[in-house]
Amino acid sequence: MDAHALHPATSTGIPNRKLAIWTFIGSECLFFASLISVYLVYKGKSLVGPYPSEIFEIPLVTVGTALLLFSSLFVVLALNGCEQGNRKKFLGWLAMTILCGLFFIGMQVYEFTHFFHEGLTMQKNLFGASFFTLTGFHGTHVTIGVIWLLSIFIEGVRGHVPPAKALNFEIAALYWHFVDVVWIVIFPVVYLMNS
Amino acid sequence: MATSVLDHAGAAGIHPEKTGLWAWITTVDHKKIGILYGASAFIFFLIGGLEALVIRLQLMKPDNNLVSPEFYNQLFTMHGTTMIFLAVMPLSAMFFNFFIPLLIGARDVAFPRLNAFSYWVFLFGGLFLNASFLFNAAPNGGWFGYANLSSKQFSPGLNMDFWAIGLQILGIASLAAGVNFFVTVLNMRAPGMKLIRMPMFVWMSFITQLLVLLSFPVITVALILLMFDRLFGTHFFVPLGGGDTMLWQHLFWVFGHPEVYILILPAFGIISEILPVFSRKPLFGYTAMVFSGCFIAFLGFGVWSHHMFSTGMGPIADSVFSLATMLIAIPTGVKIFNWLGTTWGGSIQMKTPMYFALGFIAMFIMGGLSGVMHSTAPADLQQTDTYFVVAHFHYVLFGGSIFSLTGGAYYWWPKMFGHMLDEGLGKLHFWLMLIGFNLTFFPMHIVGLEGMPRRVYTYPAGLGFESLNRIETYGALILGFSFLVFIFNVIKSTRSKVHAPADPWNGATLEWSIPSPPQEFNFPSIPTVHGRDAFWEEKRAHGGKLPEPARVSGAGIHLPNPSYWPFLAALGVLLLFIALMNHASKLGPVYIFAAVSVLFFSIFNWVFEPAEG
Amino acid sequence: MDSSAQAHEHNFPERAGEYVRIGLILFVLTALEVGSYEIAHRPGVPLHDFMHTGLIPVLIVLSAIKFALVALFYMHLKWDGPLLKGIFSFSLFLATFVIVALLALFIYEGKFSAMIGSLMGATGT
Repeated sequence: MDAHALHPATSTGIPNRKLAIWTFIGSECLFFASLISVYLVYKGKSLVGPYPSEIFEIPLVTVGTALLLFSSLFVVLALNGCEQGNRKKFLGWLAMTILCGLFFIGMQVYEFTHFFHEGLTMQKNLFGASFFTLTGFHGTHVTIGVIWLLSIFIEGVRGHVPPAKALNFEIAALYWHFVDVVWIVIFPVVYLMNS
Repeated sequence: MATSVLDHAGAAGIHPEKTGLWAWITTVDHKKIGILYGASAFIFFLIGGLEALVIRLQLMKPDNNLVSPEFYNQLFTMHGTTMIFLAVMPLSAMFFNFFIPLLIGARDVAFPRLNAFSYWVFLFGGLFLNASFLFNAAPNGGWFGYANLSSKQFSPGLNMDFWAIGLQILGIASLAAGVNFFVTVLNMRAPGMKLIRMPMFVWMSFITQLLVLLSFPVITVALILLMFDRLFGTHFFVPLGGGDTMLWQHLFWVFGHPEVYILILPAFGIISEILPVFSRKPLFGYTAMVFSGCFIAFLGFGVWSHHMFSTGMGPIADSVFSLATMLIAIPTGVKIFNWLGTTWGGSIQMKTPMYFALGFIAMFIMGGLSGVMHSTAPADLQQTDTYFVVAHFHYVLFGGSIFSLTGGAYYWWPKMFGHMLDEGLGKLHFWLMLIGFNLTFFPMHIVGLEGMPRRVYTYPAGLGFESLNRIETYGALILGFSFLVFIFNVIKSTRSKVHAPADPWNGATLEWSIPSPPQEFNFPSIPTVHGRDAFWEEKRAHGGKLPEPARVSGAGIHLPNPSYWPFLAALGVLLLFIALMNHASKLGPVYIFAAVSVLFFSIFNWVFEPAEG
Repeated sequence: MDSSAQAHEHNFPERAGEYVRIGLILFVLTALEVGSYEIAHRPGVPLHDFMHTGLIPVLIVLSAIKFALVALFYMHLKWDGPLLKGIFSFSLFLATFVIVALLALFIYEGKFSAMIGSLMGATGT
């Protein structure tokens, strides 16, 4: 019994917290589905500009998209390192993940400021309202993910994330991947289908 | 299974139970949290009931001016919101908390501290909503807050801010509890408790959590958009800015219809526990019951627009949603016949819980039949916004959910508190409730079909509504009185100190195998389950009866530590939303920063606090 | 220590190579997405006509592949049991259903109803 204290046996064999994060992710699917629905229902319904095609900067967002995609790769490499007890691999790739996340947030802050200067606000038109709400909530998720991964990085540096505790990192990584797949949907739906 | 209970009989040094306010604030024990849910929800239920009584007194005679039209709007909005989110849902949560772990043979839920967090967020959300009365700004736009009545233009006061933010807070509580119980049911089952052996209450509760998890995010988004409209001046639901008010209705009912099943499925579960025990027969058609429950939940996501037939969605949408709605009658009918089949040929014992269970079946059938009438779009056009609809949903929510929850309270009271409720008073409660309920709500079918609109604070004399409305008000007073009988019963039984045996009803499920009330650790050793109706099987294997289980010391059993961080984190959630409400004030950003700090500080301490000692 | 370390290596195989390969595929797919977008918006380049009309289906297919790759490999669903697969697929199904249903209600219902209305008007009078 004591030997399994960290992962007490469960009826399904899946650790409680892993099942919980998947359940939460399932719930979040409906959250983002609703936001995306609102964006699409209001697409082309804005009474005044700026309109999407006038304002999007595809190259900038493509860089952000690539960073977020690569961060997903880096975080699985870090998790692989953590599970194998390879501290260097774990912390190195985790640091890269966090940097990618920070750059993505920076990209979004820059983009939002730029749009603001172009006259697009939440109050201006339905595009502004639904765009800032959808991407803003995604950005909030990225920010929470960065804080979560950062706390694991600090714990890892202090040597508190041995392979036996890799589950702590695994659930954070699952959340991070989910934030990434949401962007995989947002990028084409919002940015590339803009006409 | 229960052998280990007997082994420990007579052991000395019983685990001391901690009491006092601090123990309740820091508790992570699912049973205590269940009692907290029950007590809070019952108080909110009484508040919602008082609101209903004032509504009925106002409508007792034509052209009455007991309350102003403005206050009437607040009363019916808060009555609906309170009964759904602060009474029926948390009363179900009381049973989830107290009984899911006991029924599946677990010592606690999967995440005890998250469970405490859910409760405190729920309580703060309920207090926040009701605090609106202190500012004379209780929500007044109907429990579904239709846009653009809820917009700043038509609801300039704080009323609908209280509503939107209050529901947002309650949604967080429901989602946290949803994750917790979903994982608990899947992961915390005792050895041998396969999914297909789980008691029906656990099954229905499990499906309810699935509905919560998948429908609450949608209302969360709708409320966020409404809050943005009201607080930041966006135009999501403001036609002047291009917004579409229909989008609110769709988002609300994508949530709202599954919510109906969130309210009724736990009630189905409770009935499915009571009927077999008092018929001395296993539940008829167990597997069909499980699958019909799943089918109801699944269909429940595809019928939301039947709340919107009068909005002119178009013939295709109307036809599709009509048909899907009619389909739901099939699995519901399966359940009704299975319940009747359970009692058929049983040796029926007419105890109080059985009265409520049988009353439930009769009342719910009537509510279900008027529901099928609504599914026909052309008929619905005549019934929408009349008292006919009010009659329908009270037959399913009061005649359904409340009858079942009250029956559940009588059934499980001995287990929860360790003493029996009085049978005579219980039956008096039932008859008063049944008569009062039907006097109140049956005439509403008639005045509704005659055209009396709902949500209007009065009606003129001479339309033929007078006598039926007077009967409805007398019925409501009887209904209110019936709950005074219940309260008197509780006080009398508590004072009489007649201790309940572990198994007063010859129960079928595991909670009856342990002393009443259960000890902190529930099971001295985790039981092993060999079939459905696990405790009946166990008793049969031991010649029909088992000796009374003794209280044991429980030394060496690891229990989760009490913690005050869930309470503080919940407080942080409340503060954050209050700060958002006041974001435009001079110190707005400071409030938001302070609230976020409390929230993050609490969550971090919670995460790094050892869970077990 | 040695045995437990081995156990961990046994439980968690070295998948770095596979992960990197998936990462490269994801990168290529993203490049294809942006490339399709550019082709669709530049008259005169090869495939412009096709992309101009077919951009949306192409993007949906490409992003669905990306989504599936991340979910299956990076989120380990490929190696997980039916329960986790089921939770995620059911949620995704419902999420897609809500999006499609709302779009149908807001965009297409009006068109179909108008069509039926005009047909009935034509026969009725």
